[in-house]
Amino acid sequence: MIIQALAFYLFAAITVASGFMVIASRNPVHSVLFLILAFFNAAGLFVLMGAEFLGMILVIVYVGAVAVLFLFVVMMLDINFVELRQGFLQYLPIGSLIGLILLVELVLVLGGWVITPVAKQVATTPIPALDQVTNTHALGAVLYTKYIYLFQGAGLILLVAMIGAIVLTLRSRPGVKRQSIAEQVNRPRDAAVAIRKVEPRKGI
Amino acid sequence: MTDAFWNTLWTGYVFPGGLILVHILMLTVPLLIAVAYLTLMERKVLAAMSLRMGPNVVGPFGLLQPFADAAKLIFKETIIPSGANKFLFIMAPCITFILALIAWAVIPVAEGWVIANINVGVLYLFAISSLGVYGIIIAGWSSNSRYAFLGALRSSAQMVSYEVSMGFVIITVLLCVGSLNLSAIVQAQKTVWFALPLFPMFIVFFISALAETNRHPFDLPEAEAELVAGYQVEYSSMAFALFFLGEYANMILMSGMTTILFLGGWLPPLDIAPFNWIPGIVWFCLKIFVLLFVFIWVRATVPRYRYDQLMRLGWKVFLPFSLFWVVATAGVLVAFDLLPKGV
Repeated sequence: MIIQALAFYLFAAITVASGFMVIASRNPVHSVLFLILAFFNAAGLFVLMGAEFLGMILVIVYVGAVAVLFLFVVMMLDINFVELRQGFLQYLPIGSLIGLILLVELVLVLGGWVITPVAKQVATTPIPALDQVTNTHALGAVLYTKYIYLFQGAGLILLVAMIGAIVLTLRSRPGVKRQSIAEQVNRPRDAAVAIRKVEPRKGI
Repeated sequence: MTDAFWNTLWTGYVFPGGLILVHILMLTVPLLIAVAYLTLMERKVLAAMSLRMGPNVVGPFGLLQPFADAAKLIFKETIIPSGANKFLFIMAPCITFILALIAWAVIPVAEGWVIANINVGVLYLFAISSLGVYGIIIAGWSSNSRYAFLGALRSSAQMVSYEVSMGFVIITVLLCVGSLNLSAIVQAQKTVWFALPLFPMFIVFFISALAETNRHPFDLPEAEAELVAGYQVEYSSMAFALFFLGEYANMILMSGMTTILFLGGWLPPLDIAPFNWIPGIVWFCLKIFVLLFVFIWVRATVPRYRYDQLMRLGWKVFLPFSLFWVVATAGVLVAFDLLPKGV
């Protein structure tokens, strides 16, 4: 148990510290790297709870794909760091407002657990128990039966967002040469080469 | 009280911890030797394919060449460019090398020979291999050099693209197994290796593995003709060696993954007398060896892809194709009632 507790405090402390560094570090690339560290430690916390599937998915989706794109964009930005720091304090009111709203929501959730002990029981006991069924099976059994419409709805929303992003950035530029591989492969030999019998000292 | 305390400390922590350490050493040391000799094998095979001799001076048949290379790289000076971000510049090769090693924790090399037999083994492998891009992208950015940066950008786009189709290939295999545990995946291939019924997926997976490890013909991140050496251009000495070792360890890892997912892991090709006398680890190593040979063979045969062709292959060919196969496999499994009856 002691090892688990130590690991929990280690992961939790690093998560909070790197979360702070995300907003505190001067260089945006460092911010993204700290964000990745925070994701990692959150995945570690998931694994400690026995939610191994969620932990791995967190690493695959957020660290392996989303954060790579973040890093990709941030690295390409041409940022003047001095200018960036000047406007820092003017965002303080709206930032603290958002932080306050998140805090109130968290307190509401935790408060709900305190008021109705049943909710806490439901949340803390996995159904069915971990030693009977693996994470993946348990999640799939709930997600694809009980919540199938919500799941499909979420998928549709993501699809619409993706199509929207593609439509916004799609420009049809005239005069661009494009390679059509099917056309190249289907071109008959006669269209490309001609065999001539060349007489000596004559040329073509 | 103290006796009981020391007893629990010994049986609960020290002894299991030591055992795990011994297991890790038993896996890592042969792996590192294999990496060293893979570099020699690559040079020898490439030389044979272009009718040359290859390294043959250091030791008999050049067998000590990897150690000569390592000694040379260790004694070189480590140069850190003045404009570089020092911490990240040194971290990047370490990340590449560490990621190439920690993935082996879940690989079953023979029946029951695995350090961590976790339920989500495939996802763990997929997660680790998708992290490989960070070593490259951090190296490219922290070098503060244009060549390195271009190489890093190319590589991040490339690795993210090919991961998608790789994910679909893995889903197809998982549909046939019904478990994310790597040992269970191997056991499910007792009757027939998945390379036969899922042959197109096997090919897609292998080509994606080539792209994921930045090997020829997809080695655009380090295209030496245009980017000198891409992301590693500023690296020297041991930092360069770590990138190099990491790349080769990744090749072995990807071959191991292909072996487990499609070639039946440690299982013999036929479960009859002369084949099942040979221990499983030998079969596993033999299959990895054959796949590594194909890696080198491809390098000697195929010219480098152009960048837009690479992206086209990933997004317009492999992605729809593997998506179709996921649906087709699921359809066949449901229609003929072949779905694995696990839970």
